[in-house]
Amino acid sequence: MSLVEKTAAQLQEMIHTKEITIAEMTEKAFERIEALEPKVDAFLALNKERATQLAKEMDSVPFAERGPLFGLPIGVKDNIVTEGLETTASSRILEGFNPIYDATVVDKLKAAGMVTVGKLNMDEFAMGSSNENSYYKKTKNPWNLETVPGGSSGGSAAAVASGQVPFSLGSDTGGSIRQPAAFCGVVGMKPTYGRISRFGLIAYASSLDQIGPITRTVKDNALLLNAISGYDDKDSTSANVEVPDFTAALTGDITGLRIGVPKEYFAEGVGEAAKQAVLDALKVLEEQGAICEEISLPHSKYALATYYILASSEASSNLSRFDGIRYGYRTEKAGSLLEFYMNTRSEGFGDEVKRRIMLGTYALSSGYYDAYYKKAQKVRTLIKKDFDDAFEKYDVIVGPTTPTPAFKIGEIIDDPLTMYANDILTIPVNLAGVPAISIPCGFENGLPLGLQIIGKHFDEETVYRVADVYEQATDFHKKTPQTWEGAAQ
Amino acid sequence: MAKMTKEEVIEVAHLARLAITDEEAEHFADQLEAITNAMELLSELDTENVEPTTHVLQMVNVLREDKSIPGLDRDLVMKNVKEHEGGQVKVPTILE
Repeated sequence: MSLVEKTAAQLQEMIHTKEITIAEMTEKAFERIEALEPKVDAFLALNKERATQLAKEMDSVPFAERGPLFGLPIGVKDNIVTEGLETTASSRILEGFNPIYDATVVDKLKAAGMVTVGKLNMDEFAMGSSNENSYYKKTKNPWNLETVPGGSSGGSAAAVASGQVPFSLGSDTGGSIRQPAAFCGVVGMKPTYGRISRFGLIAYASSLDQIGPITRTVKDNALLLNAISGYDDKDSTSANVEVPDFTAALTGDITGLRIGVPKEYFAEGVGEAAKQAVLDALKVLEEQGAICEEISLPHSKYALATYYILASSEASSNLSRFDGIRYGYRTEKAGSLLEFYMNTRSEGFGDEVKRRIMLGTYALSSGYYDAYYKKAQKVRTLIKKDFDDAFEKYDVIVGPTTPTPAFKIGEIIDDPLTMYANDILTIPVNLAGVPAISIPCGFENGLPLGLQIIGKHFDEETVYRVADVYEQATDFHKKTPQTWEGAAQ
Repeated sequence: MAKMTKEEVIEVAHLARLAITDEEAEHFADQLEAITNAMELLSELDTENVEPTTHVLQMVNVLREDKSIPGLDRDLVMKNVKEHEGGQVKVPTILE
């Protein structure tokens, strides 16, 4: 079995038995990245020199002082700041920006002994469902290089799917971890809002954004969530709640567990293959002892409109800080200060970012605030209540992650509404702030489909337990994409 | 929702500090109109007695003791600034 097919526990075992050193493992990760990057285009920046040096130093740390992720390589989405390593959020406006501190999650990765190998491509400022909105490059789906990897954490999902790294971090505002995880056939978790510090995450929509882990297996995902969770006094929205050991939740037993299956998640627009894959998955879960029942989340159809009003409004405010004065791109063409701002921002931001900034500015402007922004905040209350009501009776809610598998590059880029509809099944979760995972559950025309498992606030444990039982009972996560073959191991 | 005009888009772009050409304004007008029309769906819901949710979890104020703590190192901060002099950021002329 090659290195890239191994789990965290297996890699640790190899290090423990001195079959491989951390320095060698890091070197192999870079070899594989260099072999696959020409095809996949997942990375924006590599951290080779520092990572290689760090790996050598780590080999001398005594085994007794090492945690379960010690010495393992990880890629980080480029909207998470990394001290001394260029961070652009895939935007021209942050070109050349070298952060002078680490995001809290990056501090935690370091504390866990993980080796950050590089920064991963994304849709600009996390706005998009296809990775086509990056200023720098278009990441390809490792299963079919003519299709998109999903967005906005497409680089993070593609890097794991192609075996360039076993772990990555993404961020999820309306489905940006789960949708690319589904498209790339990997495991992606959007934790409860507040579970993970957002300090050092370049904000898109602050009330919805959440960092989360992308991995090849459920257990590895739980291990990574263990490492990055916890209260942070540098983030005032961070939740001061206990962090359990998420791997301890993987008991393999879901006897009597109650699963709600929302009929709205099987509505018009959701493809037959996606529906059938989930129905088959429910049978597997029933065979394992769970009780599945149809439920209704009646306000689901309003989620998309609610999301785009709220997210765009928050984006218009958050992105006002990019003015060319203190960091990043600065225009050459300016007479007055106003022209300086306007030219810098117009040259620095891409079309999708401009579209959302303008939409948000419009929704927040005098005369439209009540009709759009306030209305959307009220509808969010109704959407959240749907989930609260369902969780009175059910332990988890299960449905498809996306309506269809990955689409072709360029196919819908000029049609924002169709593009936005990609996140129709993931967005309600962000509006309610609950946790949800996407795991592989089937294929359509050789492209992966995702199963979405949604839990109660701060109940990632049950989500992981169900995901693990399903993963153990099926083989979808063992299949590997075309890019896997022939690359350096 | 009335039709979104090119002039409205130019006004919104100005508020957002974005310079756009007439051609871009027309392009965005069509797209933003389609998007705002889709958002009209929310008007069919009666939300008269619904409280808005600004945050999904119970939030409390986060306070700390009122004492000075070191900020970012100025020399380090300046490494990301395109033009600076004497520890200060240079900007275009503000007063004419």
